[in-house]
Amino acid sequence: NSGVMTLLRPLLLDVIPNIQQTAALALGRLANSNDALAEAVVKGDILPQLLCSLSEQNRFYKKAAAFVLRAVGKHSPQLARSVVQCGALEMLMICLEDFDPGVKEAASWALGYIARHNSELSQAVVDAGAIPLLVLCIQEPEIALKRIAASTLSDISKHSPELAQTVVDAGAIAHLAQLILNPDAKLKRQVLSALSQIAKHSVELAELVVEAEIFPVVLTCLKDSDEYVKKNGATLIREIVKHTPELSQLIVNAGGVAAVIDCIGSCRGTVRLPGIMMLGYVAAHSENLSMAVIVSKGIPPLCACLIEEQEDHIKAAAAWALGQIGRHTPEHACAVAVANVLPILLSIYMDTRSSEDLQIKATLKNILQKCTYLPALEQLLHDAPPNIIKHIVGQFSKVLPHDSKARRLFVTTGGLKKVQEIKAEPGSLLQEYINTINNCYPEEIVR
Amino acid sequence: MEAVARLEARLLLLREEWFHRNRSLDEERKIEYKAAVKIQSWFQGCRVRSYLRYLNQMAIIIQRWWRGYVSRKHFRKMVKTAYFMMKMNFYNEMAVRIQKRWRGYYIRKYVHNYYALKKYLEAISVNNEIVRSELQKYTEMMENEKKRKDLEKKEKKKKYQARKMHYLLSTEQIPGIYNSPFRKSPDPMELLLRKSKPLSHRQQQTKSPFTSELYDWPTCKRPPTFSTGQPLPAISRQKPQGPFHDTAEVFWQRHKPLEPTLHMAAFISSPLDKAREEMKREDWGNCIHDKEFLPFSSYNKDKKYDPLIHRSGKYGHEGYGTKHFREENPKKWVADKDFQRVFPPVVLFEKYGKTYSSTGQIV
Repeated sequence: NSGVMTLLRPLLLDVIPNIQQTAALALGRLANSNDALAEAVVKGDILPQLLCSLSEQNRFYKKAAAFVLRAVGKHSPQLARSVVQCGALEMLMICLEDFDPGVKEAASWALGYIARHNSELSQAVVDAGAIPLLVLCIQEPEIALKRIAASTLSDISKHSPELAQTVVDAGAIAHLAQLILNPDAKLKRQVLSALSQIAKHSVELAELVVEAEIFPVVLTCLKDSDEYVKKNGATLIREIVKHTPELSQLIVNAGGVAAVIDCIGSCRGTVRLPGIMMLGYVAAHSENLSMAVIVSKGIPPLCACLIEEQEDHIKAAAAWALGQIGRHTPEHACAVAVANVLPILLSIYMDTRSSEDLQIKATLKNILQKCTYLPALEQLLHDAPPNIIKHIVGQFSKVLPHDSKARRLFVTTGGLKKVQEIKAEPGSLLQEYINTINNCYPEEIVR
Repeated sequence: MEAVARLEARLLLLREEWFHRNRSLDEERKIEYKAAVKIQSWFQGCRVRSYLRYLNQMAIIIQRWWRGYVSRKHFRKMVKTAYFMMKMNFYNEMAVRIQKRWRGYYIRKYVHNYYALKKYLEAISVNNEIVRSELQKYTEMMENEKKRKDLEKKEKKKKYQARKMHYLLSTEQIPGIYNSPFRKSPDPMELLLRKSKPLSHRQQQTKSPFTSELYDWPTCKRPPTFSTGQPLPAISRQKPQGPFHDTAEVFWQRHKPLEPTLHMAAFISSPLDKAREEMKREDWGNCIHDKEFLPFSSYNKDKKYDPLIHRSGKYGHEGYGTKHFREENPKKWVADKDFQRVFPPVVLFEKYGKTYSSTGQIV
């Protein structure tokens, strides 16, 4: 602010290379800390000067220049666009072709930050021919370079299916799949994130990712000691599972459901969220898969999530997943009800602090419409609000006419009394249900 | 005449009667006419009515017959359709029964195979158990690795500390810090100090950036230790040409443990080679004397023959060459002359010591 830019600018053109490098480093650090300074760097026309003689300079200068570009490009899309417009991408390609791994790392980091903002910038990065060089970078032995290259590929492919397809066409999937075995935790995070960004766009891309034989190796990532590796692993599995029932079947057969359930049980907080959603997607596809989730003991961890987590979106995800599990047939609803989930759902629904987004009502409705497990229903009968009572009473009216033991039980547990206490408008559905129930019993008992 | 008078009287009466009769007739004529008309009309009416009745009845008969015919035809048709419907219903029922059975069978076998589903779910649980146990093992292994690494690090640090503080070792006169005279036995640190070598003043080598990565590399089990940076070339040596590989890489490559290919590890012609080797070994084992037979040149003429232990000891029998078949005492000899040989002499042995080589001077 105190005219530092005007002072540093001529130093960039100094004869002594050391001064040039230090000036570039200073600019980079200034731009890194604050986006106003980054704007000043751009406005002061420093970038073209920085880039003009880049190809003849030594590696320290290239590193510093790439650092400046990264620092400017990371703050906002406009700054990134101005960086691109200065012709930075060609220079960054030259840096990517350099032998020194530090230079390559700095260049790919800059590309990553530029491509992160939106799909046009990613497209510009791709058009400059970055992807084959990045795939080469991934194969280099230095771990830091691999990390950055993986994160850049992840940022490029996350915007649109065409970009992801371009990344796949460069043969990135095979190398990324090999890197899953690497013991470094941060590298695994980036690799898993890259694979999940590729797989999320379409069925073909997901199938390509699966064909790279990542299962069952990915399941070991779910047991890693690093939280974010677990989260990204669960995200990858979720992105694969959500497309078709066949892919879900594949993952269930590989034992993925058990691994994810254990992962949910061992984590806390937002790290659990992708795992919960994965279970929901699997259960949503078909009733066999839903039964597979139940058999793998999926319901207790989801129930625990509902109780323990404070954040709304995790609770909503857990409730949605439970709804998907329970909505197929009476057996599924019974399995969900036996796990004592329904009172918890009801209490969350009734809780005044919970928001409408939770869509607990839809979940409850889905489960209740198939539930024939009467003890659980009776539990709910006592505290439920009118719009839920409608469904509960409807279920009773369907089951009671056919089952005499259930009728007896219903009377002894005081359910019939409760039903009498419900006031309903005559002619409404609720009244019909109540009438059906009353017709099952002789007059004296009803009185 | 009377008759005529009578007739003339009667004629007057007659005229009156005639008149009356005509009149009455006339008057009655209308009545009679009307009556006759009435009777006739009545009769005609009856006739026509009976004719109509007859016609009616005939028409009824015809219509009856016709309607009967048509209705019977219709009835037959109805019966036919009813029969047809009955048959079709029957067939439908039977077809429904067949379809019911078939659909139940097919769905239970292929679509909703309960037992296959059950087996599948059981298989999934078994598979899950396997996966869970494998993952558990993996985590334990990772944890153990981590613990081991931490322990090693701690040990290393401790040893380094001991080396640095070597001067704290206790001497004969003065007990060190860790060897207080009030203790029963010296502190473990004291023992460590005794074991450790003192650090030289050379600066601690900074860790090369490659050590940590290559340590994790699956093929390189120990971290390669090498000097920092590039080695300085000797002053008088000529500058080496060309771009060489990185020293670290070369070192790593050189110290890569051997991974022989299958061809090398398991010889293709191994039985033959093995047999040959076996034979060679056997021969060598069976040889009593390691030295080869010396050539028959006089270079080795003066070489003393080393007898075997078997011969040279007092327990071995004195064999050929030392034992003579003649009595040693000449007084006891049978003949004066030497014994004659029975066998023809071997020419080669005659030349022993006196042969063809120019180095031996006999020739």
